[in-house]
Amino acid sequence: MKQQSESRVHQRYLRHSKRFPNVWCAGCGIGIVLGTIVRAVDELGLDKDEVAMISGIGCTGRMPVYVDFNTMHTTHGRALAFATGLKMVKPEMKIIVVMGDGDALAIGGNHFIHAARRNIGLAAIVVNNAAYGMTGGQNSPTTPRGVETATTPYGHIEQQFPIAELAATAGASFVARSTVYHVRELESYVARAVSKDGFSLVEAVSYCHTTLGRINRWGTAADMMRRIKEQSLTKRQSEDLTPEETEGKIIRGVFAEREIPEYTEQYEKVIARARREAE
Amino acid sequence: MTTRLMQGDEACAEGAVAAGCRFFGGYPITPATEIAETLSRRLPQVGGKFIQMEDELASIAAVIGASVGGAKAMTATSGPGFSLMQENIGYAAMAEIPCVVVDVQRLGPSTGRPTSPSQGDVMQARWGTHGDHPIIALAPDSVRETFDLTVAAFNFAERYRTPVILLMDELVGHMRERVELPEPGTLELEERTGTRVPPEWYKPFENRPEGPNVNVPPLVPFGEGYRYHLTGLHHDELGYPTNRLDEIEPWLERIFRKIDGALSDILLYEKEGIENANTLVISYGAAARSARHAVRQARSQGRRIGFLRLKTIWPFPEEVVEHAASRLHHVIVAELNRGQLALEVERIVGRHKVHRVNRADGEMIRPDEILAAIQDLEKAV
Repeated sequence: MKQQSESRVHQRYLRHSKRFPNVWCAGCGIGIVLGTIVRAVDELGLDKDEVAMISGIGCTGRMPVYVDFNTMHTTHGRALAFATGLKMVKPEMKIIVVMGDGDALAIGGNHFIHAARRNIGLAAIVVNNAAYGMTGGQNSPTTPRGVETATTPYGHIEQQFPIAELAATAGASFVARSTVYHVRELESYVARAVSKDGFSLVEAVSYCHTTLGRINRWGTAADMMRRIKEQSLTKRQSEDLTPEETEGKIIRGVFAEREIPEYTEQYEKVIARARREAE
Repeated sequence: MTTRLMQGDEACAEGAVAAGCRFFGGYPITPATEIAETLSRRLPQVGGKFIQMEDELASIAAVIGASVGGAKAMTATSGPGFSLMQENIGYAAMAEIPCVVVDVQRLGPSTGRPTSPSQGDVMQARWGTHGDHPIIALAPDSVRETFDLTVAAFNFAERYRTPVILLMDELVGHMRERVELPEPGTLELEERTGTRVPPEWYKPFENRPEGPNVNVPPLVPFGEGYRYHLTGLHHDELGYPTNRLDEIEPWLERIFRKIDGALSDILLYEKEGIENANTLVISYGAAARSARHAVRQARSQGRRIGFLRLKTIWPFPEEVVEHAASRLHHVIVAELNRGQLALEVERIVGRHKVHRVNRADGEMIRPDEILAAIQDLEKAV
């Protein structure tokens, strides 16, 4: 019964004209994230005309073309900056910005921290597969140390960016992390992010079996999904553990939820003051 | 009309407001900062939005996003920032998003001389972003004309769904002149008209065989009931990515046709004494101020010198230059670079006819330098 209603929701929100099959590899987690987004929009009862989905470049960047919203596939790293301009002139719109980890944190890292600092009302969903998938599995800012990638054949030697913690520190209103295995939890975080007024960030931990999985001999998509399940613990569980014990774990939960003034609402006050002083 | 003492950068900002600009995203940089400062004060007074972004990449991205939301939108920068904006200027050309990019040129390359004038970005304005695309670039030579060409830039951007570059320079940007600005409401402004077709028929990149504005399909803002897709990938008429040649080629043809087919509207220039001239001086922007002075001095000495000042430098006014120069033996091109627009003039009239007067050290070309070039040529004749 649940399955039937989900399929109806997907029919309603996916474009029917000419777009399928999609570009993603069989077994990819991106489709799971897309599913959580359309179900969250449905749950919130949003009008499709008032929703925009904006992306950058990469596998996740291809997501907007499949959904029946106002959609824009922008340049690498700049999705949040495009979305900032749109949000300022259309503050009533719900704008969902979907990015991969390389898109959001490497080339777009500056826009990421500043969008959070400004607390502009955008829902950023980062699909974190710890690699550049579309170009063949090079290391990204979230690749774990020691992992072999297409550009670290002798093992990766850099630290990882913790996406959720970074967004929380930079000033976001709502921050959460879950995984493509924990679909219901992820969906609830996406819904909370989209309905939040300020800048919100959901990190959706996924995997790339086609690149990192193959290079590191981690097995099939199902094997990698199992790895995510086994590596993850809730924020509450992690609080009883030492930093050594949580090393390499995926910690799921809400990392920030606070009421701070949203940027475009603040800007209305700027307009009011400017008009008053001009009189 | 009210008379004011005004700086070029300020005239650009006022021109933007008068043209209906309601969004500015920018990042501070000499000598363009005054445009941002003026608009941070002026835009909210008229209900517009100003935002200082984290860098120039974000500035142009926000401008495109705002334009997609329906606002006339602009950014302003100088050479280094203009370089950073190039990728997204290409996006605006590809997705056909109207926007105005002001480049108040300073001496480069690199950090160069930030407070010195230059016209070193002429070719960057044309070819700075990768790939074949049409572009419009305008170059004002005075404070008042900066106002006028800013208005024209917005009109062209909206009329042709394209990024338009306003190529100012430090001299025009920082110079103060007495100006009389037109009364609000007296300007002709191009507005986005929307579409009459229902959402299910709307094609944001339609290649129509005939009809009004056949080369420029209307752009409906996001959030108004027409849900469609924009991308920097090659796309079909609905905006969806495509690799089909029968979809790519008509689009490519159309985006060039929409500019090349409207040259009588887009090409702005001023000419003086062309008819009986035996030598022609071509210039634009700040350099044209010295060139005009030199030409008038030469004419007062009885020399037959024509003057062609280009306000539109891209698309390059090939026929205008050809017509003005075809029967002459000498064409002088005066510009604040090592001869960038001279390359285009040479392409049209032949290399042997063209004499360059250049400065690329951050100092203004003096009228006597151009006059000396005129006199040298006359001696040679």
